[in-house]
Amino acid sequence: MNTLPIAFSWNIIADLQSMLQYDFMRHAFEAGTIVAIVAGIIGYFIVLRRSSFAAHALSHIGFAGAAGAVLFGINPILGLLVFTSAGGVAIAALGRKAATRDVQIGTVLAFMLGIGVLFISLYAGYATEAYSLLFGEILGISSSDVWVTLIAAVVLLAALAIVYRPLLFTSLDEDVAEAKGISIFWIGVVFMLLVAVATSIAVQVVGVLLIFALMVTPAAVAERLARRPAEGILISVAIALAATWFGLFISFYIPYPVSFFITTATFAVYLVVRVARR
Amino acid sequence: MVAMKKYMNEKIVIEAKNLAAGYPQNAVWRDANFSIGQGEFVAVLGPNGAGKTTLFRLLLGLAQPLGGTLSLFGAAPRRGNPRIGYVPQKHPIDSETGIEALELVRLGLYGNRWGVGGAGQGIAEAHEALRIVGAEELAHRPLGVLSGGELQRIFLAEALIGKPDLLLLDEPLANLDMRRESNFVQLIDNVVRSRGVTVLLIAHNINPLLPVLDRVIYVANGRITDGKPGEVLTSQSLTDLYGIPIEVLKDSHGRIAIIGMDEPPEHHSEHHTHDDRAARGARD
Repeated sequence: MNTLPIAFSWNIIADLQSMLQYDFMRHAFEAGTIVAIVAGIIGYFIVLRRSSFAAHALSHIGFAGAAGAVLFGINPILGLLVFTSAGGVAIAALGRKAATRDVQIGTVLAFMLGIGVLFISLYAGYATEAYSLLFGEILGISSSDVWVTLIAAVVLLAALAIVYRPLLFTSLDEDVAEAKGISIFWIGVVFMLLVAVATSIAVQVVGVLLIFALMVTPAAVAERLARRPAEGILISVAIALAATWFGLFISFYIPYPVSFFITTATFAVYLVVRVARR
Repeated sequence: MVAMKKYMNEKIVIEAKNLAAGYPQNAVWRDANFSIGQGEFVAVLGPNGAGKTTLFRLLLGLAQPLGGTLSLFGAAPRRGNPRIGYVPQKHPIDSETGIEALELVRLGLYGNRWGVGGAGQGIAEAHEALRIVGAEELAHRPLGVLSGGELQRIFLAEALIGKPDLLLLDEPLANLDMRRESNFVQLIDNVVRSRGVTVLLIAHNINPLLPVLDRVIYVANGRITDGKPGEVLTSQSLTDLYGIPIEVLKDSHGRIAIIGMDEPPEHHSEHHTHDDRAARGARD
């Protein structure tokens, strides 16, 4: 994607300094870091609640929103936020077990992907926009995108901090949590909204189709390794961060998509942990 | 057994008057009249879909009575009552989870509070609850590797950590073999007798409970009957309840078998898997 006249020197610090002289790399590292932290944290709850397919569906619903926004000349992140939020509330409102309804969710996500394809085909700049929505285009992130991402992340993490304990309780032991007076419905709605926001900002980095790489794979490793939820969140964030930084760093020198390197890194960690803990 | 008498019937914990549950067009059961005193160990028995869990949901404030009144500690049941410890029928514990038992037990104390909370919150109380159920050595074991019997002790600790006055246990014996059933019943008995806790325990098979039971609530055919095990589990009483000939047999060890019960009427569809086994267990 980017072939620059800078060679890899094995002096990582010097290499980083030279690549961060470029605005697009600085923005990519800034947005990538924010997204990795958010995806790592939200992803841990997605795995605990076994709603990874719902999260995947939200990214497809978001694709239709983003494609629609592109068609009408609106910022795609706004389209993502509106569609994923509406989709998240709908999934939560369908019922507490809705997040695990694979067949229904699969049907809806295929339909939404189709709508997204229609919107993209109606838009003249078809190939580039579709590619960046589906697979991420972190190297094309602007300074204002970084700000939108940061603000969304701060709001999301503040909301998560407020609902942290009831969310954890309902994720691990829903029926007891309900008996203790927690509204399963409202916690479900709030959580799906948080997933919607996280999905919307993560799409910039890995795209709609590869969202699992940041939101589910690191968290799946963390679920196996961590004895305490706080540990799990830290492990999940650490893997997501390391994979994102690794992907950005490598892609500066090798002209392949960043999202390929990120997904490969997270999958490699997952594989190693699975094999090591058999 | 002696200690319980000290607590029993000192005061009424649960009182139902003409209580009905279900939906306006489809009552699960109605005209229930019973009262349960402090410190009583009560088995809630009955066939598939008879409305045993519905009774628990009323007590937890998660469902409203269709008619009549239900009083709990002298007031209407309300959601999130800290005086109740609850062990539901199903816990979705992922076999891959590394989360240790202590973490789940701690949630029983502070999980319903807002915010992030302190790192050391509830740890001392969780260790104490695990000690009470004899599961201290499981505190730092991942939930995903624990056996059914070990998990039941963890869930009991989670229910006990808030020092409840009433324990609602929904089929806690469902996944245990006969020896573990008996051990678990003894454990509950020891825990509750020394603290004057009232216990309602939903079960399929009354036999492991017979040594410790004070009372039986039998839910069947849209009705609720209560009384001492010897009064409720008789051929005459069950025949009257179901309206078909039923025979209750006892073997030389006092164990009970219920013969002649047809597939019971289904009022609603919850918890079929376990209740199917309940019906079989009762007939067996």
